[in-house]
Amino acid sequence: MATVEIRNVRKSYGPVEAIKGIDIAIQDGEFLVLLGPSGCGKSTLLRMVAGLEGITGGEIAIGGRVVNHLDPKDRDIAMVFQNYALYPHMTVFDNMAYGLKIRGIPKAEIRARVDKAANILELGRFLDRRPSQLSGGQRQRVAMGRAIVREPAAFLFDEPLSNLDAKLRTQMRVEIKRLQDRLGITSLYVTHDQVEAMTLADRILVMNHGVAEQIGTPLEVYQRPASLFVAGFIGSPPMNVLDGRIDDRGEAVLLPGGQRLPLPRPRATDAGRPVKLGIRPEHMAVAADGFSIEIELVEALGADTVVYGRLPDGETLLVRMAGIPTVRERDRLTVAPQDGALHLFDAVTGRRME
Amino acid sequence: MKQTRFIDLVPHIVLIAGVLIFAYPIYVTLIGSTWDAGTIGRGGLPLWPGGEGAANYAQAWVGEAGERAMYTPVRTMMLNSLVMALSIALGKIAISILSAYAVAFFRFPLRMAFFWLIFITLMLPVEVRIIPTYKVVADLGLINTYAGLAIPLIASATATLLFRQFFLTIPDELLEAAKIDGAGPVRFFIDVVLPLSRTNIAALFVILFIYGWNQYLWPLLVTSSGDMETIVTGITKMIGTGESANDWHIIMATTVLAMLPPVAVVVFMQRWFVKGLVDSEK
Ligand SMILES: Nc1ncnc2c1ncn2[C@@H]1O[C@H](COP(=O)(O)OP(=O)(O)O)[C@@H](O)[C@H]1O
Ligand SMILES: [Mg+2]
Repeated sequence: MATVEIRNVRKSYGPVEAIKGIDIAIQDGEFLVLLGPSGCGKSTLLRMVAGLEGITGGEIAIGGRVVNHLDPKDRDIAMVFQNYALYPHMTVFDNMAYGLKIRGIPKAEIRARVDKAANILELGRFLDRRPSQLSGGQRQRVAMGRAIVREPAAFLFDEPLSNLDAKLRTQMRVEIKRLQDRLGITSLYVTHDQVEAMTLADRILVMNHGVAEQIGTPLEVYQRPASLFVAGFIGSPPMNVLDGRIDDRGEAVLLPGGQRLPLPRPRATDAGRPVKLGIRPEHMAVAADGFSIEIELVEALGADTVVYGRLPDGETLLVRMAGIPTVRERDRLTVAPQDGALHLFDAVTGRRME
Repeated sequence: MKQTRFIDLVPHIVLIAGVLIFAYPIYVTLIGSTWDAGTIGRGGLPLWPGGEGAANYAQAWVGEAGERAMYTPVRTMMLNSLVMALSIALGKIAISILSAYAVAFFRFPLRMAFFWLIFITLMLPVEVRIIPTYKVVADLGLINTYAGLAIPLIASATATLLFRQFFLTIPDELLEAAKIDGAGPVRFFIDVVLPLSRTNIAALFVILFIYGWNQYLWPLLVTSSGDMETIVTGITKMIGTGESANDWHIIMATTVLAMLPPVAVVVFMQRWFVKGLVDSEK
């Protein structure tokens, strides 16, 4: 168990900068999720922590010790790969025991540690099988078992669930959460799936193009997205974003369609400034006055309904309502944001305006 | 119904015809090795076994003088061929699996240069480089030695390329997982790469053993004494130039014996292939 500190870490592949200076201190026992779209550099960052990728700039410290120049085996970490990376010719037992054998741990202790991990992961019956004789979920568990028996300072997960089907993924997600609560081992977990991030993380680091867009708890990231990118990435369906302008007295946002949405508090200094206005679909409600939309599509999800509406100026507006649909396509509807549901972003930089 | 049965029959007929065409000469050899020199010499070889088999094989094996000439005993030639074929097969496998491992798994300066260097030797089989190779072997004093027979044939681009292609199918994550587990390059090779390669090794062993066993030109050049004779060159030397009649019964017995080790290797290794197919895992 240990802290993991990442200090202004950079990574270049030739002229291309994949990681552009990331800073984060992960607490002992914390579960940090690296979330971002494919190609944003999540795996690269994780692999630098693992020692599988060189560090171009900055420092990584595990348990207070700078590990920049240590081999992976000396960093006291264990990693779970997306494709499991189990040794195909070894039994489940040997797969889990291999790292311990190399480290010269006595046979009896290896046996005890593997049995314990197998117990936790309900793999006891499969110890003599080969990976090819296991299902995807079971292989995933073996990969986790291999990490657990090492009793490392930190776990590194690289999209460990993305090769599983939806149902199994949900199941394993819960299991990983339970396991981490139980073992309390500092974890870095890479995913592009916001649901995994929201449910597993103590904190989320939202990444885009090699930059940390925001670091915060799942609720912070959802409630106060630091940028348009985060706002669009977290939440499903994604946040509505409309062009607007703060009125001359700094009291409301004016939209091209003529609507005027009062601000929760006046912003005299921003008067007249163009902004991007974000409103989550689930924070819109039917109202007497507001956005008048023509409904183009109604998605009934059972527990709730997503309505795709078209504003008079042609923009799409999503509204998420509880329960089964009460409206139909081509109906007209007037909706308005609930109190405190407005997010303002700088029209140029996309950063949140507080 | 009738149509499909006819269509089913065609491949069988072709197969049977093929087997007969291939098997008939071997059958003739087998039968010939059981008759006495006189019967064969008259030109009317029967198609059923004769009674001289034991005597012919014993004579070939120990190399007692035939009626017309003195030959190197088959047991000596078999041993020479066996040493040569095994050295070539095992040597080629050992060298090419190691060089393929280096080229496939490690980044080092001039990696691709080395790869291409290996690759272009494909254009230089023994026959092409035979005179310089002979000179080198002669200068090293390796004429009439096992080393001289085997070493020039060991360097092999083909096997290196085959292993490299196979290694490229081993996912990078496996190497990375091993690195995190603490396995260095040597351990990874022994604990992971070798076990995963065993069916490839078995297949290559069969091919290379037969390649080595059937070598003709090189052993002909590099051996001059009778006790370094290999069986393939030995058989051809038994067949005279026409000045005298040949001991066909001994030649045929020798030929049958020469076929046995390659057949044994194929039959024995077949089990490995089947095993490899059954628990194919990577
Ligand atoms: N070995 C490499 N050589 C060159 N570019 C690479 C290499 N590995 C990754 N990259 C680049 O770095 C960026 C981040 O990749 P990666 O960390 O794998 O993204 P993610 O895991 O978020 O999908 C990508 O644009 C990718 O093309
Ligand atoms: Mg990735």
